[in-house]
Amino acid sequence: MLAPGRAKPKPTPETKHFWDGTKDGKLLLQRCGDTGKAYFPPRPFSPYTGTRNVTVFEASGRATLHSYVIHHRPVPGFTPPYAIAVVELEEGPRMMTNIVDCEQTPEALVLDMPLQVAFTPMDDDITLPLFRPAKGGV
Amino acid sequence: MLGRGEIAIVGAAETTQLGAIPGMSQIMLHADAALNAMAETGLKPADIDGVACVGPMMPQQIAHYLGITPKWVDGTGVGGCSFMLHVRHAAAAIHAGYANTILITHGESGKSRINATPRPAEPEGLNGQFEMPYGPFGPPTLFPIPVLRYMKKYGVTHEDLATVAVVQREWAGKNPRAMFRDPITVDDVLNSRMIAYPFRILQCCLVTDGGGALILTKADRAKDFPTKPVYILGTGESVESNMVSQMEDFTSSRAFRVAGPTAIEAAGIDRKDVDHMMIYDAFAHLPLYGLEDLGFCKPGEAAGFIREGNTRPGGKLPLNTTGGGLSYTHTGMYGMFALQESVRQMRGAAPAQVPGAKVSVCHGVGGMFSASGTIVFSNERP
Repeated sequence: MLAPGRAKPKPTPETKHFWDGTKDGKLLLQRCGDTGKAYFPPRPFSPYTGTRNVTVFEASGRATLHSYVIHHRPVPGFTPPYAIAVVELEEGPRMMTNIVDCEQTPEALVLDMPLQVAFTPMDDDITLPLFRPAKGGV
Repeated sequence: MLGRGEIAIVGAAETTQLGAIPGMSQIMLHADAALNAMAETGLKPADIDGVACVGPMMPQQIAHYLGITPKWVDGTGVGGCSFMLHVRHAAAAIHAGYANTILITHGESGKSRINATPRPAEPEGLNGQFEMPYGPFGPPTLFPIPVLRYMKKYGVTHEDLATVAVVQREWAGKNPRAMFRDPITVDDVLNSRMIAYPFRILQCCLVTDGGGALILTKADRAKDFPTKPVYILGTGESVESNMVSQMEDFTSSRAFRVAGPTAIEAAGIDRKDVDHMMIYDAFAHLPLYGLEDLGFCKPGEAAGFIREGNTRPGGKLPLNTTGGGLSYTHTGMYGMFALQESVRQMRGAAPAQVPGAKVSVCHGVGGMFSASGTIVFSNERP
């Protein structure tokens, strides 16, 4: 369970499946029916072609570290310094997250390092998809 | 089609004071700048028939406060470059005959926070769901997120990103109204307090109070005013995502790549004709992205361009000649101050005047790479 104080997401009709998924231990993305390309954040149509013909699928949870900052000032729910990261999922989309089980230093946080999703509950309602370094590399 | 130089800036002024202005609320900062711009043109509120300012419900507040009855308003609010979009929209509106004399105002009590615009949490919004839970705390934690990817791709160093701040401080030293004027070195930057790695406090913008106002009309009327007209040659605008995590390329801004070249092509100028440039510098990486995305440097070459002194006083492309958001002022929406400096340079009236400058490019960003607007100015009508 995460420390209290973080901003808590409030699901909407278009994103409920995503947050239901994380609570269930699944990282759910959507795929465009016209192009076959995955996309994020959730919406019931494709940002590539506008088609409503889209499907929800479970992502592998594998990702790489795309970029980040290490914040050095206090924020409710966080102990500085902490990294605010963007990861690139194996399926293509990127998402903001935090990196856990890893020193929050430039030396430990190496761009393109392999990561694996780590579902982490905020409370009974919301589970966040955080990421940790992948075991044994890629 | 709007002609090159068909519309001119005839009034341009900042608030009487800049920096800490505890004696004025936000709406009065708008009004103070507007009164200064009207005073230099000899215009009264009754002479203004169009008003633009940032945000929902704001045009009516500003128009009524100033005693203006507009027949055209624009409340476009896409962040700190909104004023570039206002200039673009106002020029089109004057061309279309919707208004004759348009006032664009900015006022922001960014430091003193007197009636400042609140930024409510929106837990149902996409930012609220997919960014805020991970601990961002304002622009210093969000805007620099793409930087490490840019540094890795192009081999840009911490020293390069410190040099941006050093060069701008050199310009600030020539501006009596700049908040920070003492020279700094690369070591000073790299030893300053860490805010959000890789950026330290000297690579982050100031937080100040202030405002600015512009008055636009047809260039044919410009001779009716005592000020030296500054002509609008070309304009551009675009938006990308309101979530920095979703920008399509962390090493280049799509909004910049649309707005900048659109303005330069509309102006009919060659990049080598540009004598002066402003690139909104909320943080030290923005001039690098701006120089590259607007085509003044090839991708990955802007850091070297700055390191070699091209943007310094005496360089071939003087850039951010006030000291910019890093050293001059930054109320929260800095774009108005970039426009003011381009106008001053075109009037020949800037404290750090670029001798003989005839063409100025003014490029703004809004949000965290989420919007962009670009204006090309000249003091010569084509």
